[in-house]
Amino acid sequence: MTDENETLGIFSGMLGIARRDLLLAWKRPGDILNPLFFFAMVATLFPLAVGPSPEQLELSGPAVLWVAALLAMLLSLNSLFLSDYEDGSLDQMLVSPMPLSALALGKTLAHWLTSGLPLVLVSPVVAITFRMPFSVTGVLMLTLLLGTISLSLLGAVGAALTVGLYRGTALLSLLILPLAMPVLIFGARTVSLVASGDGVAGGLYFLGAYAVLVLSFSPFATAAALRISNE
Amino acid sequence: MWKFIHQLASPPHFFRLAARMLPWLVLPGLLLVGYATYAGLFLAPADYQQGDAFRIIYVHVPSAYLSMLAYMIMAVSAGIGLIWRIKLSHAVAAAAAPIGAWFTFLALATGSIWGKPMWGTWWEWGDPRLTSELIMLFLYFGYMALRGAIDDTTKADKSSAVLALVGAVNVPIIHFSVEWWSSLHQGATLVKKGGPAMDPAMLYPLLAMILGFTLLFGALLLRRVRAEVLFRERRTRWVKELILSGKGPN
Amino acid sequence: MTAKLTADELTLFRGERCLFQGLSFALSPGELLLLEGRNGSGKTSLMRAIAGLIELESGEIFWNGEPVRSNRQAFHGSLVWMAHRVGLKADLTLVENLKFEAHLRAQSNQDFDEVLQRLGIDRLKRLPIRSLSAGQQRRVALARMMMSRVPLWLMDEPFTNLDREGRSLVMELTTEHLDRDGMCIMAAHQDIEIGGNVQKILL
Repeated sequence: MTDENETLGIFSGMLGIARRDLLLAWKRPGDILNPLFFFAMVATLFPLAVGPSPEQLELSGPAVLWVAALLAMLLSLNSLFLSDYEDGSLDQMLVSPMPLSALALGKTLAHWLTSGLPLVLVSPVVAITFRMPFSVTGVLMLTLLLGTISLSLLGAVGAALTVGLYRGTALLSLLILPLAMPVLIFGARTVSLVASGDGVAGGLYFLGAYAVLVLSFSPFATAAALRISNE
Repeated sequence: MWKFIHQLASPPHFFRLAARMLPWLVLPGLLLVGYATYAGLFLAPADYQQGDAFRIIYVHVPSAYLSMLAYMIMAVSAGIGLIWRIKLSHAVAAAAAPIGAWFTFLALATGSIWGKPMWGTWWEWGDPRLTSELIMLFLYFGYMALRGAIDDTTKADKSSAVLALVGAVNVPIIHFSVEWWSSLHQGATLVKKGGPAMDPAMLYPLLAMILGFTLLFGALLLRRVRAEVLFRERRTRWVKELILSGKGPN
Repeated sequence: MTAKLTADELTLFRGERCLFQGLSFALSPGELLLLEGRNGSGKTSLMRAIAGLIELESGEIFWNGEPVRSNRQAFHGSLVWMAHRVGLKADLTLVENLKFEAHLRAQSNQDFDEVLQRLGIDRLKRLPIRSLSAGQQRRVALARMMMSRVPLWLMDEPFTNLDREGRSLVMELTTEHLDRDGMCIMAAHQDIEIGGNVQKILL
């Protein structure tokens, strides 16, 4: 096989498994909707707990929305590899000539399309309840777009490490949350900076750069973790 | 040279070598810590701003530095174990984790105690080092929790190695993020190590303490690794002979 | 005929237990390697180790003279793995599952329907896998095996959940595969009748 053919083959493998996972998500819409409801509900908890004062809402909006998004992503990451592990599909993936990192990246892509992207699209609706002006909402969506990509990639490694473990859910959160802090910090604070009139380019550049960094190691770390977990 | 390194990877050799190295680490370590404690408490002049409260720096700074050194050692040895499949390397990583976690906790506790007279509060989110240390503690917990969740030692070694490596890449990023985050907060008291220029009388005990702590950390690590090795190799002949010979693990 | 698949001094530990030590074999085209032994004797672990799913303590596996370790892709491109868990997505239909296979490995040009008919499952092809019985699911796995054009078949307890007709079908298909100069490694604890050279390893 020429190098060109090989590259095309790898892409086809990656997209093929992404398509399969999207098809699976299509058959179970709950998988996409439940984290979204969770996101909306968590975001609602804060005003209920803190009180409806408009100043407080506006101030806390970016942070609350970002934390809710992070938690919603964690929720959906749990099951990223679980069904494959349980029904033996993971075995098949490991035994295929297709590079496992490509397959892992394909699955992560599907995960982002079904978990991250919907969050980005739904966020303005929830943001309105926090009295977020449109200019700020735009930046919110942008930070969530970049941030959820990083979270999917990072989360994939965590999901691969904890698949099949007893109490894997709690463990996954414990593993991923510290690593996700830079994303949370830059995501939420950048949005707050818009509200106070400061420049957001720096924050956005960071989020973009971080996403690229995670993209460079996540497929390989995920593949390594899958091999180890499947033994 | 290669032969030495190769022998190092062999558990029984390492076990004996570590025992011989221990006194070379413990004695100078204790001496340095002793001198540094005395000098730090009595010889160094009181800080003109903080008075005697600053003296906790002599425990806080070495602990913080060791918490990070321990993580790096953990990550590097886990990586070596994963890539070159050296079991002893995994034992070093496993041994380093709890020690690192304790030093992190010590750094947090001393930081908090230092903070009370300084900021009037037990916890100041605005201080980036304290927040970074807290996140570091969670990283350690995650590592140890993952190890604990996997029964098979080899599998636990490999899984936690992947985690340690991913964590190691993220540690500098976490530090940077927290620095940036705390700098956004107007009026946050950024704690600098005793100010821009440190009086030599203050500095030398600090350096001595750092070195002493490091040596003692090394000794602690060697002891833990020896214990790990004994446990992991408990079914092998050399361990059984060791126990039967009556000399016993020291 | 030169052996295509050789194993040299394989040793495997699972936790503390040593499952096997110094195990070697050589398999040539047209041959079947039968792994026999009680439950828990290590048959599945050996197969998984050969497939590359478990790391060996020591020993080397060679495919076409090259160590598998350094040439994993070529090795995996030449085998198909049928395990106890069939590896099909329960929510997808038979057809959707088999179509996905093309993204994992090369598929033959053999007609879908022909294969499904032979295995007696073509009327099930638009049903989701979860509506199929365990025996039918295993037949789907067999279909997947048949449709791949690879020389090496790895089968771990292929007769599980199959009725007598299914079992003889498996033996028939394996014999045909061996006749085409294919190779097979099978773990089974039943009596099997398969034409061709049969080597046995007892664990």
